[in-house]
Amino acid sequence: MKNVKLNKDTAFKWLTAFLAFILLLLGIGILLKLIISSRLSFDAFGLKFLFSREWDPVQRLFGALPFVWGTFVSATLALIIALPISIGIAVFLSELAPIWMRKPVSFIIELLAAIPSVIYGLWGLFVLAPVMQQWVEPLLGKYLGFLPFFKGYPLGVGMLTGGVIIAIMIIPTISSISREVLSAVPAHQKEAALSIGMTRWEAIWKVMLPYGRSGIVGAIILGYGRALGETMAVTMVIGNTPNISLSLFDPAYTIASVIANEFTEATYELYISSLIEIGLILFVITFILNAVARFLLWRMKRFEEVRG
Amino acid sequence: MQEINKEFRVRSSEFGDKAKFIIEGLNAWFGRNQALKNINMSVKQNEVTAIIGPSGCGKSTFVRCLNRLHEEIIGARCEGRVIFDGKDIYDPDVDPVLIRRRIGMVFQKPNPFPAMTVYENVVAGLILEGRKKKSELDEVVEKFLRLAALWDEVKDKLHQSGARLSSGQQQRLCIARTLAVEPDVILFDEPTSALDPISTAKIEELMQGLKKDYTIVIVTHNMQQAARVSGYTGFFLLGELIEFDRTNKIFTNPANRLTEEYVTGRFG
Repeated sequence: MKNVKLNKDTAFKWLTAFLAFILLLLGIGILLKLIISSRLSFDAFGLKFLFSREWDPVQRLFGALPFVWGTFVSATLALIIALPISIGIAVFLSELAPIWMRKPVSFIIELLAAIPSVIYGLWGLFVLAPVMQQWVEPLLGKYLGFLPFFKGYPLGVGMLTGGVIIAIMIIPTISSISREVLSAVPAHQKEAALSIGMTRWEAIWKVMLPYGRSGIVGAIILGYGRALGETMAVTMVIGNTPNISLSLFDPAYTIASVIANEFTEATYELYISSLIEIGLILFVITFILNAVARFLLWRMKRFEEVRG
Repeated sequence: MQEINKEFRVRSSEFGDKAKFIIEGLNAWFGRNQALKNINMSVKQNEVTAIIGPSGCGKSTFVRCLNRLHEEIIGARCEGRVIFDGKDIYDPDVDPVLIRRRIGMVFQKPNPFPAMTVYENVVAGLILEGRKKKSELDEVVEKFLRLAALWDEVKDKLHQSGARLSSGQQQRLCIARTLAVEPDVILFDEPTSALDPISTAKIEELMQGLKKDYTIVIVTHNMQQAARVSGYTGFFLLGELIEFDRTNKIFTNPANRLTEEYVTGRFG
C-alpha cells in the first residue's frame, strides 16, 4: 500500500518536473534559434551592425543603431515619467490611504497591466497623440524650446508620445512591486522613525524607502525591462522612422516595432537574418535586466529573513 | 477594581509638582479588543518607573499611549487623559510629532536604521531640523554615544552601517539616537529582552546614570530587573492596573493578593 502511494508521488513529481523543464528548454531553444538565424547578418556586418545607422533593405544594408537608440530613449523617457508617479502611488497605498481604500485601489491599478497593449495603442493614437500635438508639445516647445529635446514641429506621433504610452503601461508594474516592498518594511523601522519625532513624510522618505531600496531598484529595473520590450502600443504612436534625433517630438523606431512591422516584408534571407539579430539584441538586454531585477528582489527578501 | 484605582488617584497626588505624567481614565483598544481598562497612575520626575505583568497584560500598550505611538497601529485607538507637564497630550491642538521629540522610546528589538551609518543613526532625529553644522553634529555624536556607553566600541566604525554592530551595541545605538533628540522622558519597552546578560547589565547600569536627567518608564517581564532599576512599580494584569507603589513595597509587601502571587512567581 505504502509503495503504491510512493510510486504515484514519484510519477507526479516527474510529470511536474517535465512540465517545468519544457519552458526552460523552450527559452533555451529560442535563444539558440535566434543565434543560429542571425548568423548570416552577423557574417555580413559583424559588430558594425550595432553601430550603423543605415537601414536600407533596397541596398541590402542593415544597421541596428536607430532602433537601439529608439528603444533605450523611449524606455528611459517612460521610466523618468513613470517613476515618481509609481513611487507616489506606492507610498499612498501602503501608508497614507484609508484602510478601506487600499486593497480595491491596488487591485484596480494592477488590473491596468491586464489591458491588452493594442488597446493602449488605439487610445494612444486617437486620444493621446492629438492631445500631445495640440497641447502638450506646443507648450513644451514654447517654454522649453531652448532645450534640444523640445525642438521641431509637434507631430503628435513620435518619441515623446511613445514614452508617455510606455510610462502608463509600466506604472502598474513599478507601483505594485514598490507597494509590496514598502509593506514589507518592518513596523519597528517606522516606529523608530516616529519615536524620534519624524513626521510620516520623513519616516517614509528617510527610513522606509531607504530600507527597501534594493527592492525598489528591482521594481524599477523590472519596469525598465518591460518598457524596452513593449511592442504594439509603441509601434502605433512612435512614428516608425529609423531616425536618431535629440528632439523628442521627432518620430523614432524601436527594436520591437521594427520586427513587428517588417518581418512580413522581409523577402530575402539577409533581411530576415538582420531582423532576427536585432531581436537577439533585445532578448539579451531584457534577459540581463530581468535577471538583475529578480536578483535584487530576491536579495531583499532574503536579507529580511536573515534579519528576522 | 474601581476602589483600588481611586486609592491610586490619591496616591498620585503625593508626587505633587514632581509628577511628570498624570494618567487619568486611560482606555485603549485594538479594533474591538480592549487592551487597557481605565488606567489611573502617575509617573514621578527623575525616577525610574517599572511596568510589570504577564505577556498580553497591556504593559507595552500602556507606554505606547504615553508618546502617542499606539494610534499609529491600524485600528488602534485610546481614550482618557495623559497629562504631561500639565498638558494633556491628547488635546486636539497637540502635535504628536512634537510630543514624541520630548518623550523618546527604546524598543524591544534593537531597530537601528540599516541604510544609515552609526553616525547618521545618532543624528537621524536632528538632521530633520536642518540647521546643525557638521562640527556641531560631530560633537552631538560623540556626546550621546559616550552617554550611551558605546563611544569606545564604535569610534572607529562611525561610518559603517548601524546594522553591522552586535545586538547589544545596536540597542545602545538606539538609546543614543533617542537621547540625541534631547527628550525629557525615555520609555523603554522591554529593552533587554532580546539581549544577553552582559549587554543587559550594561543597559541597566546606563539607565541608573540617566535617572538624574531623565524620567524613565521601563516595561519589563523580568521582575529582578524591575526590582534592580526602579523606584516605583506598576503591576498590570489583563489590561488593568492592579497595583502601583514603591518598588520595594510591591516586591516585599504588596497590598493585592494578585500582585503577591505574580511577584512570587505563582503565575505569569
